[in-house]
Amino acid sequence: MGVVHGQEMVLNIGPQHPSTHGVLRLQVKTDGEIISEIKPFIGYLHRCFEKHCENVTYEQVIPFTDRCDYLASMANNFGYVVAMEELMEIKVPERVEYIRVIMAELQRIASHLLALGTFGLDVGAFTPFLYMFRDRERILDMFEMTCGARLLYNYMWVGGLSHDLPIGFVESAFRFLDYFEPKIEEYNNILTYNKIFIERTADVGVMPADVAISYGVSGPNLRGSGVKWDIRKDEPYSIYDRFDFDVPVGIGEKGNLGDCWDRFNVRLTEMGESIKILRQALTQIPKNGDVHQTIPKKIRPPKGSIYKRTETPRGDLGFYIISDGSPIPNRLKMRSPAFTALSVLDEIGRGWMLSDVIAILGSLDIVLGEIDR
Amino acid sequence: MIENYFPIFIVFIVAAGFTFVSLIMTHILGPRITNPVKLMPYESGVDPLAETRIRFSIRFFIIALLFIIFDIEIIFLYPWAVVFKDFLSFGSFIFFEMVIFLAILVFGYVYVWRNGALDWE
Amino acid sequence: MDLLGFIIILVKVLVVFAATMLTVLVMIYLERRVSAFMQGRLGPNRVGPQGLLQPIADGIKFMMKEDIVPAGADKPIFILAPAILLIPALMTFAVIPFGSDITLFGRQIPLQVADVNVGILYVLALTSIGVYGIVLAGWSSNSKYSLLGGLRSSAQLISYELAMGLAVVSIILLSGSLKLNDIVADQQGYLFSWNVFKQPLAFIIFLVAVYAETNRLPFDLSEAEQELVGGYHTEYSSIKFAMFFMAEYANMITAAALTVTLFFGGWDFPLVDESSLGILGTVLSVCSFILKMGFFLFLFIWVRWTFPRFRYDQLMKLGWKVMLPLALFNIFITAGYLTVRALV
Repeated sequence: MGVVHGQEMVLNIGPQHPSTHGVLRLQVKTDGEIISEIKPFIGYLHRCFEKHCENVTYEQVIPFTDRCDYLASMANNFGYVVAMEELMEIKVPERVEYIRVIMAELQRIASHLLALGTFGLDVGAFTPFLYMFRDRERILDMFEMTCGARLLYNYMWVGGLSHDLPIGFVESAFRFLDYFEPKIEEYNNILTYNKIFIERTADVGVMPADVAISYGVSGPNLRGSGVKWDIRKDEPYSIYDRFDFDVPVGIGEKGNLGDCWDRFNVRLTEMGESIKILRQALTQIPKNGDVHQTIPKKIRPPKGSIYKRTETPRGDLGFYIISDGSPIPNRLKMRSPAFTALSVLDEIGRGWMLSDVIAILGSLDIVLGEIDR
Repeated sequence: MIENYFPIFIVFIVAAGFTFVSLIMTHILGPRITNPVKLMPYESGVDPLAETRIRFSIRFFIIALLFIIFDIEIIFLYPWAVVFKDFLSFGSFIFFEMVIFLAILVFGYVYVWRNGALDWE
Repeated sequence: MDLLGFIIILVKVLVVFAATMLTVLVMIYLERRVSAFMQGRLGPNRVGPQGLLQPIADGIKFMMKEDIVPAGADKPIFILAPAILLIPALMTFAVIPFGSDITLFGRQIPLQVADVNVGILYVLALTSIGVYGIVLAGWSSNSKYSLLGGLRSSAQLISYELAMGLAVVSIILLSGSLKLNDIVADQQGYLFSWNVFKQPLAFIIFLVAVYAETNRLPFDLSEAEQELVGGYHTEYSSIKFAMFFMAEYANMITAAALTVTLFFGGWDFPLVDESSLGILGTVLSVCSFILKMGFFLFLFIWVRWTFPRFRYDQLMKLGWKVMLPLALFNIFITAGYLTVRALV
């Protein structure tokens, strides 16, 4: 049969579309089903954060980091304060380090729950989405208990924290872990090993390791391609070197290595690893200690610059800070993991169907707040 | 015979009446405050980029053509199925008759499959 | 036909129509409450006791909404498309027998609106008409999402109609009639005379095809909201939008009723001879029919909130490469078995 091509249709997915995970606009060329080109247009959520940061003091930058990756604010706070502390060569108390790790790992679980849930929603499974939101809610409750906020915390400060842990936090965290650990099995039953879900995600949007590396993809997306790279393990910051945990990587269990299913499963397994870290941290945490290390009210880092990267739920978040010795940063640049994840979309999404592109986009777990900044 | 269909005619009148009354009612009851932006076809919040009514993928036509062919064959099976039990008293001819018919159908089906008309790319 | 006969027909038509509409409302309510229950939510519970009046409130709200026809839309077709979809959906139930005969005013009244000798063909024909509504809605809206949704859905519906039609052929082989009454009568008696036990493969094919025909998950690609926003009804507002859903639910009701009629003995209550019990038998048969139908309606909801969605090519592959050969094979086996049994 000769190949007869239909006319190509230019279709806009976004900015107001149910599955663009924010205000992303994808302009795709399609002949009805097969996608021949994907052009992402970003900037709909651009709030000039980096420029703002050049006009506020160092401590006032923290709320901006909250609002970048608004699904993993704790991790963003963490990245910034770790960079600042290294620039200023401050050592923070033990208890603070533990609390930070606990918060960051809880945040990782919460963020992955949202990523997995919306991914399920993208392939049409509605119920797992709400199950995951139900459990995410418990984590948010704990954050609320700690610092009063549920989404944007402004919790980690340079040299310390805004509040100490409330009374009963450790117990309630253990209760949550006991509740949550069996739930992972439930997610496996309802979604991960569902036949239709495997059909939809296995072998779809395969991202080979070399493509992932050359695009600078990081985090669970990179590990889904089988590259064992986790900054918590490979360049340990804070106190991550004290904990015993694995770095789950994709093994191509249901299809080619680096497909959507692998990325999904890496996130799911990672939640289990976070539980491991949390259990260790919650046991080892010093009972008492001041969380407000005495540092000057106005932070004046020495002249110089620092680039520090940390592992957020989405991957490799880097902060490049240039200090000219004044209380206001001279330049602050964020290297956002979601941005690189989005840039690979055209490469791995081309030639797939419209529904696959939605699935691939869901599997990359982008957050537009962080891309546009 | 034909009076069996009379109730269906009444059902049609009731269903159509309900449908059209609702259409008219909503036309009367609803507000009408239009502006060009509201009337613009939805394209995820941006102005429509290109023509909507274009030549689209040939596969949809192929599916439609295949459907017509197979559906007609299935329609032929219905009268056969109705009289099948009665005709069995005359021997197994009716069975083998249909086996031949189905064999031709399956031959066409295999041909279509081998040519890739059932594959979506 | 005398006056009494006419009145009886009219009453039956109105009762069945009202019952269908009521079931549609109940289904809309149940879909939301059951899904809420499955997902650990509350669901609508404010309008009326337990939120029971929610569907009616929705209906009134739809009625009061602005009736928008997008620029560039083909206006007459755009307005007619939901009607083309809804009218056949409301008409299909007419041939389905929902209880054993009842004797009133000295007449034997069959509990079926119209006893047509090509009943099953009537159902298949009317469900096919619905496709026009969908494809015309998609085409006339002048929106790309609608167009893609309409195309997808029409290709999907016709693909699964083949498998459905072939699955039904094997039932007709057993009953030797296209009349739904005869098919029900054929399954009377003890439990294992139901067709589901004689034709399990046909039942599975039919059930899957029915899900595709009614556009329900895991086959709801035409209205896959994560991809095509609303599919063919993206541009619709007011009661026209609601009509697509009414049609969907009406089709589900018909599909459930048809599944029960073809495979689960219709109104038959196993091991009971309804006709000998008089009015009690009729009540029993109607209840049995409603119970069985209710189960399949519940199954629709259950499946919808459990499974992810197929991709388009997977759907077509399943329809053309799996269901169609299986259904043909099933006919061959059934006919072969009947031949061997009759001749040996």
